[in-house]
Amino acid sequence: MQKIKPSKPQNENFQFPKTPTGVDGLDEITEGGFPKGRPTLICGGAGCGKTLLSMQFLIKGITEYGENGVFMSFEEPSKDLSLNVKSLGFDLDKLKAEKKLVVDYVRVERSEIEETGEYDLDGLFIRLNHAIDSVNAKRVVLDTIESLFAGLDNQAILRAELRRLFHWLKEKGVTAIITGERGEATLTRQGLEEYVSDCVIILDHRVIEQVSTRRLRIIKYRGSTHGTNEYPFLIDEAGISVLPITSLKLDNEVSSEVVSSGVPGLDHMFLGGGFYRGSNILVSGTAGTAKTTIGAYFASEQCRKKEKTVLFAFEESPQQLIRNMMSIGIDLGKYVKQGLLQIHSSRPSLNGLELHLLTLSKLIKEFKPTTVILDPISNLITVGNDNEVRSMLVRLIDMLKANNITAMFTSLNKQTDNFRPDLAEESVSSLVDTWITVRDMEGIGERNRGIFIVKSRGMGHSNQVREFLIGSKGIELLDVEFGPEGILTGAARRSSQIQRKVKELKLQNDLDRKDREIDRKRKVLEANIEALKNEFESVVEELGILKATEELQSKITTENVFKTKKK
Amino acid sequence: MKKQPAEWQLLLYIAGQTPKSIKALSNIKKYAEIHLEGKYSIEIIDLLERPQLAEGDQILAVPTLVRRFPEPIRKIIGDLSNEERVLVGLNIKPLK
Repeated sequence: MQKIKPSKPQNENFQFPKTPTGVDGLDEITEGGFPKGRPTLICGGAGCGKTLLSMQFLIKGITEYGENGVFMSFEEPSKDLSLNVKSLGFDLDKLKAEKKLVVDYVRVERSEIEETGEYDLDGLFIRLNHAIDSVNAKRVVLDTIESLFAGLDNQAILRAELRRLFHWLKEKGVTAIITGERGEATLTRQGLEEYVSDCVIILDHRVIEQVSTRRLRIIKYRGSTHGTNEYPFLIDEAGISVLPITSLKLDNEVSSEVVSSGVPGLDHMFLGGGFYRGSNILVSGTAGTAKTTIGAYFASEQCRKKEKTVLFAFEESPQQLIRNMMSIGIDLGKYVKQGLLQIHSSRPSLNGLELHLLTLSKLIKEFKPTTVILDPISNLITVGNDNEVRSMLVRLIDMLKANNITAMFTSLNKQTDNFRPDLAEESVSSLVDTWITVRDMEGIGERNRGIFIVKSRGMGHSNQVREFLIGSKGIELLDVEFGPEGILTGAARRSSQIQRKVKELKLQNDLDRKDREIDRKRKVLEANIEALKNEFESVVEELGILKATEELQSKITTENVFKTKKK
Repeated sequence: MKKQPAEWQLLLYIAGQTPKSIKALSNIKKYAEIHLEGKYSIEIIDLLERPQLAEGDQILAVPTLVRRFPEPIRKIIGDLSNEERVLVGLNIKPLK
């Protein structure tokens, strides 16, 4: 009988050797970096950031990972390169002086060259080899080797030599980046992807609705899993950052601590007395319903408890916000001065969604706030369609939860006659933990503001619509006033209150009147009793006198009888 | 007959003694003798021994013949078997 041998278990702990890229976020997407000792192809159109990405790879390799590098430029002379990247804080000259970096400019000038007969590109190999050996480089960039195609005619030799070159690079054991221009039908104009196929990354730069966004995608990565989607990335004054891809699994830590909302009375509407730390709260409402005020209250409360807070305002400048809140008694200015509160304002249309996300993530890394307020998130929709905004919000919420930051979003929505939220709100609202709605309730000839809690994950809450006022002392939630048809607001409540007071007064008066009546009756009865008593006494007196008189008469009569007998 | 300008300076970059390099050397010697009437100098630079010199003249291919003088600098790559192209490349008016 044939025994079936069990197959050898796969080595689960094997990690494909990788070189960290030095680009924020790219390491996460590639799960470690570029393949070590192998060439990676980066292709993209003009101005996509290929040179920058490769330069950052080299420089961060030197400064952060201690791996020296060689940059062979086929397009820009050394001096131009140094100047171009200086604005990003990359000092090429210093690194060159420290013998950590070699920048070699290979000029291929067609007019200078005459091809006569057979040749090979050993000259290039030797140069490259010499450069790598001189600084003992582990990282090499060839930017962009397609320039050779413009300078040299003999394609056959060129392609054969390129194949040899990449093979040689692998043998040398350096991690190389090759850049190439985007081609029409092929990934690169000259079809470099035939030779460099261990890892291919494509950069893209497109304009959607007048806002430009840069995207990056890993097309293939031999030997390793990787993120396969398009990831937006940004070029700012510190170089390239790919957007943080925080945990795609939902396994962040949670806390049971409760933070106050800052609005007196709102906390009482929650069974737990506030919001869970690390949760997100959506405050939605129509125009002019105090959403920003609630956000400011929340900020002020957190700052009062000495918790660092960031407020992102997409509609008002910091000065305007501070002034407006001062008018209702909230002093945000003093927290800003103390360094507890940071207010960032920018028009959403100024930058793409990704830039906002990146700014926020940078701020979170540097400032480490415990609370973030975005006011409002609804006009981010102007910079992207619903799907994009939603995906950005998902990433935002992921990032906030991973850092256990309590977040409050305000959102403006369209006016509807009933209390049902509109569709746009609903798609966002499923992401948040707590949803508070502030509504305008139009009564007869007036509008009143009401606040109610639509949902609150993990915490019980009141189901009433509480009316609130905003005065110079701030937000004040009014007591609930019931009428025959439910809760009353505004003038109706006031009139109902007045009626109630009148009723109470009447009742009191009635009771008083009855008391007085009892008193009176008692007095009457008591008087009656007095009169009867007096009568009784006088009758007794009369009868007494009568009795005495009769006794006297009978005594005299008896005495007279006695007297006559004796004579 | 136009007189060639004085002292041509030619450099031949090779990467070790390969058949192509040997051929190129013999070819250029031949052409120089014929067309430059002895007013030339050929220097052979072996990049395997002195790799740093590749950068100066921007040498990519091997073998490469560089005309340093007279200006402008011209480069001819290959084993120089095509005489006509070599002469055109070096801007030598054939004397024969």
